[in-house]
Amino acid sequence: MPTIRINGADHAVDAPQDKPLLWVLRDDLRLTGTKYGCGRALCGACTVHVDGQPARACVLPCGTLGEREVTTVEAIGGSEIGRRVQQAWAEMNVPQCGYCQSGQVMAAAALLERIPHPTDRDIDQAMSGNLCRCGMYTRIRAAIHRVAEGL
Amino acid sequence: MRSILSIIKGPFMPSSLFAKRSAYRGTARTSLRARLHVLVLLLLTLPATASPLFGPIAEVLRHPRCMNCHTVTDFPRQGDERRRHAQLVMRGEDGHGAPTLPCAACHQDTNIDHAGVPGAPHWHLAPLSMGWEGLTDTQLCQTLIDRSRNGDRSIDSLLEHMRSDPLVLWGWNPGAGRTLPPLTHPQFMDALQAWRAAGAPC
Repeated sequence: MPTIRINGADHAVDAPQDKPLLWVLRDDLRLTGTKYGCGRALCGACTVHVDGQPARACVLPCGTLGEREVTTVEAIGGSEIGRRVQQAWAEMNVPQCGYCQSGQVMAAAALLERIPHPTDRDIDQAMSGNLCRCGMYTRIRAAIHRVAEGL
Repeated sequence: MRSILSIIKGPFMPSSLFAKRSAYRGTARTSLRARLHVLVLLLLTLPATASPLFGPIAEVLRHPRCMNCHTVTDFPRQGDERRRHAQLVMRGEDGHGAPTLPCAACHQDTNIDHAGVPGAPHWHLAPLSMGWEGLTDTQLCQTLIDRSRNGDRSIDSLLEHMRSDPLVLWGWNPGAGRTLPPLTHPQFMDALQAWRAAGAPC
């Protein structure tokens, strides 16, 4: 029974070691902001942060996390950059259907934490693993630049 | 050899002509010089003969399970067709991907079979100095043993790397749906040891 540190709190989870973090979050802890997209680390909908780095929760065995800190979209507004990303997303109407957007927000926040003023190339490299079936890529890019302008 | 001699002699230039002082001597000399030039060019373009002991090793190293992350590009490759890795995955400064999309965002310490995502400890690209794409067997061998390019490994530590590094061993345990190198790992080690015993010839 692994204990996982999520959004600043420890959770003892009744789950096998190889259960993907995504299903621990959604089924065991009812943190449903993290979405199931492909289940194969191909779409980025399930992106969370592990020690500040983006990670795909659908392929991350919960038993391997150890002491590492998981942050989900439910808590991303607790950081200054996360809050600014959420604000830009809302102001610029980034989401269309919105399904992929929690993953997009997490990837964008991780990018801006590391590179506060990213170039388009930085954005491409950080965000190309996060697919958007609605094709909101230009809005996502513009919103990231909007956040960067304020930093 | 017969074809190389025929370039020097030429089908219409019997050797007796060279010995004769005749009106054709000047033409014959010019023709001989031209043919020697062709011969030199031909020899220069011929691939150097690689050590037969290294051939089976090269076949393993060239297999996509190895070569896809021993690239000479700033990105890894995927699959037996060696397509560019999806998602604009980059090499990054240390071979572990872009800091904003590291290899470890998806690749764990083990294969994730339910998702078909390969994994092994310290999953990353080999340094550019260890890029093997586009090399002949001889060049590949020389690159492998060049301590300025192979991470300052002696032949013995190179063999130890091949024997025990989890990322190397992953090549023989790549998860369902992925082909294996042409030799088993024990056969590969036997081939390496035979090559080392012969002085690691290239």
